[in-house]
Amino acid sequence: MAKARKNSTVKLTFDTLQYAPAPESKSIAKIDTQYDLFINGKFEKPLSKKYFDTINPATEEKLSSVADANVADVDKAVQAARVAQDKIWSKMPAKERGKYIYRIARMIQERAREFSVIETLDGGKPIRESRDIDIPLAANHFFYYAGWADKLQYAFPNTNPKPLGVAGQIIPWNFPLLMAAWKIAPALATGNTVVLKPAETTPLTALKLAEIIQESDLPPGVVNIITGAGATGAAIVNHADINKIAFTGSTEVGKIIQRAVAGTNKKLTLELGGKAANIIFEDAAIDQAVEGVINGIFFNQGHVCCAGSRLFVQESVYPIVMQKLKDRIATLIVGDPMDKNTDVGAINSKQQLETIHKYINIGKKEGANIFESNCVLPKKGFFCKPTLFMNVAQSSRIAQEEIFGPVLAIQTFRTDDEVIEKANNTPFGLSAGVWTDKGSKVFNLTSKLRAGVIWANTYNKFDPTSPFGGYKESGFGREGGLHGLSAYLNV
Amino acid sequence: MNMIAEKKIAAIPDFSNSPHIDHVGVEERASRFTKRSIKAETKLNGLKLTLNMIDLTTLEGKDTDGKVKQLCYKAQHLHDSYPGLPTVAAVCVYPSMVGVAKKSLEGSGINVASVATAFPSGQASRDVKIRDVKFAVNNGADEVDMVISRGKFLQGEYNFVFDEIAAVKEACGSARLKVILETGELVTYDKVRRASDIAMYAGADFIKTSTGKISPAATMPVTLVMLEAIRDFYYKTGKMIAMKPAGGISKSKAALHYLVMLKEILGDAWMNNHWFRFGASSLANDVLMQLEKERTGVYQSANYFSVD
Repeated sequence: MAKARKNSTVKLTFDTLQYAPAPESKSIAKIDTQYDLFINGKFEKPLSKKYFDTINPATEEKLSSVADANVADVDKAVQAARVAQDKIWSKMPAKERGKYIYRIARMIQERAREFSVIETLDGGKPIRESRDIDIPLAANHFFYYAGWADKLQYAFPNTNPKPLGVAGQIIPWNFPLLMAAWKIAPALATGNTVVLKPAETTPLTALKLAEIIQESDLPPGVVNIITGAGATGAAIVNHADINKIAFTGSTEVGKIIQRAVAGTNKKLTLELGGKAANIIFEDAAIDQAVEGVINGIFFNQGHVCCAGSRLFVQESVYPIVMQKLKDRIATLIVGDPMDKNTDVGAINSKQQLETIHKYINIGKKEGANIFESNCVLPKKGFFCKPTLFMNVAQSSRIAQEEIFGPVLAIQTFRTDDEVIEKANNTPFGLSAGVWTDKGSKVFNLTSKLRAGVIWANTYNKFDPTSPFGGYKESGFGREGGLHGLSAYLNV
Repeated sequence: MNMIAEKKIAAIPDFSNSPHIDHVGVEERASRFTKRSIKAETKLNGLKLTLNMIDLTTLEGKDTDGKVKQLCYKAQHLHDSYPGLPTVAAVCVYPSMVGVAKKSLEGSGINVASVATAFPSGQASRDVKIRDVKFAVNNGADEVDMVISRGKFLQGEYNFVFDEIAAVKEACGSARLKVILETGELVTYDKVRRASDIAMYAGADFIKTSTGKISPAATMPVTLVMLEAIRDFYYKTGKMIAMKPAGGISKSKAALHYLVMLKEILGDAWMNNHWFRFGASSLANDVLMQLEKERTGVYQSANYFSVD
C-alpha cells in the first residue's frame, strides 16, 4: 500500500514495532513462603492447622501458602474484634481514630510499588493498572475516610451517629487491595472494628496490608484479616456476634448470604454482579466512545462487576464503530501482566477461565458472530483473547448472564426508548455508560436507566468521594462518599 | 489497522458535520501512549527512525545563505562519529532560501521543503500566496508547507479555505503539499478535526499542526485528533495522507511517544518518512545524545553535538 520511500537509508524494524519486553522487577516484592491469620494484632497459626496455596495465574507458579481459617479461627477473630470495639476503638476520640487511618494511607503510598507488584503477581492484572489505579485509589480511600472520622456529626446533622460494632467483610479477587480499602476505611472511620476475609485466589495484598496495620500501631483487634475460601466466609456470615456483613462478589453468593442473614439483626450491604449497558448514540464522539468501550470491557480482563459487557450501538454508526473497535483490539497487548506494556493480563484463575470459555462456546452455539483478537497467548498461565460477539439477541445467555471476562456482547438499536428498554431488561443494575454529544440526551438516559452508577462520555471512573452500588440483583447499599459512611452507622 | 484493498470514490462532505471530539477522552487516550515502555533494540530503532523523519528547520528573519548551507551540511552529516546514522527527511526553509538549500543538498536524497503562502500568518491575497508557492517550486522545492487562512476558517468560511488549499495544491505541481492548520489558533479539538477534513478533501498530501510561531504548537492530543482524521479519510477514500506535528517536540522521549501513537492509530504503513515527519530544529541533537548514550552508556555534554 505505502509507496517506496524516497530517501530512507536505514532498515527500520520499528516498522513492525513489537515493544521490547519491559518487565517490572519482582525483587521489591517480599513474599513469605507462608502466611498465618492476622488476629488481635498478631500473625497466629490457624487452629485448623490447614494451609492452601496461592498461585500466580500468569505462570501457574506457587507464590505462597496461606492459612485456611475454620469456624474456631473465625470465632477467635470476632472475639478479638469485639473486645477491641468495646474497650478501645469506640472509646477513642474520633480524631485519634482518624490519625491511624491517615497513617495507614501514607504507609500504603510509601509501599505502593511493592503492593503493585504483589497485586499483579497474585491476581494477574497488568502492572500498569495496579500501579496507576488499584493502589493509588486504595490509599485515597483511606485518606478520604480518615478525614470523616471526626466529622460524623457534620455528615449526619442533628443526629448522634454510633458505630454498629463488629463488621464481617468479605471481598472478591478482582480488586483485592482496593476492595479491602473500600471496606476497612469507612468501617474504621465510623468506629467499627472488622474481620476481613480476602478472596482465596488473591489473599496476599490484604496480608501485606495486615503487616502495615501492625506497623502502624493500630490497637490490636481493630482490624483482623483472616484467609480462607467459601467455608470461612460462611463462618463469618453465620457468626452470632457480628453486627454487620459487607460483601462484594457474585450474585449467587450474595443471595446465599442474604438468606443466612435474614431473621438476624445483622445489617447487610451487598455489591454483586452486573451486566452493564454501554450505549453509543450516533452523535457521540466515536473515537473516544470506542476507547471507552475498550476500557469498559477489557479493563482488568473484564473482571469488573461494573464492566460494560453489553454494547448498544445506534444502527447508523454501527459499521464505523465496529471497524474502529476491531482496529483498536488489534493494538491491545495481551500477555505477561508484569510487563509495563501489557494492556490485558492473566485471567484470575483456571476456574474463571473455564467459565469464560463456557460462555464463549454458548455464544457460538447461540449463533452470534464472534471476533477475537489475533494476539498470541502465552503458553503457560490463564489467558483469554479479547472477544466480541456481534448479532447478539437480547434473549441470548451471553447478553443476559455475567461472564466476568473480556467478552463483549454487541447489539444495535434505533430509538432512545428502545435502548432504554433493552438496557433495563436485565436482572442486574449496577452501572451503565452513555455516549452522546447532547447534554439533554445524557440527562434523559441517566434518569431512566436503572443502574447505580451511570457514566456519561467516560467509563470505569472511580473516586472515593463518589458512592458506588447497585439496583436489583446487583445488590444494595452504597460504598464510597457520604453514603459509604451511613452503611456503618446507627444514625 | 485493516488495509482497504482499493480506492473508493467519496463525495466531499459537509464540513460543519465533521465528527465531534470529546476533549477529556482524547487527552486521556493521548496520555496512554506515553505509558508504553520503549526499550533496547526498539528504542534504538525508534531513535534512528525519528532522525530519518525530521524536517530540519530554520525559519527566521535573520536566516542567511551561510546558515542554510550549514544546516544542509548537518542534514547530511548529523553526527559523523556515529557510523550508520540515517539522514533527516528534509530541510525546511523560507522560499528565498530554497535555491541555496537545493544546491547544497544536491544528490543527497534529502528533500527541500519550503514554507509558503505568506507564512506564518497567511494574511495575504490569494494571488500573492500562489506566486509565493510558484516561486518556491520553481526554485526547486520538493515540498510546500502552506498555512490555512485561520481567520476565514474561524468565520465559518470553509469553502474559501477549501478553494484556497485546492488552488495551492494546483500551484505545487509535483511538489507534495503540507497544510498547516495552526492548531494553536484553532483552540478546540472540534475545529482541529474540521480543518483536517477540509485540508484532506481539498488535496493536502500532509496535514501539519503548526508553524512553530504560535504557542501551543504540536501536542499529543492535537496530533491524535489529526491522526484519527487521517484514518477516517483512509477508511472512506482508501487514500493515505501523511502527518507532520511541528513545533514543541524537542526531546527524544516525546518523539518516541509520537511514534507509538502513529503505530497504534495508523499502523505500520505510516511508519516511515514518506508518511510522517517531525517539524523540529532542536530534536535532532537530543536524539543524537540519546543514541550516544545507548552506545557508550553515558550522557555526553551538549558541546559534543553541533548546534547547526
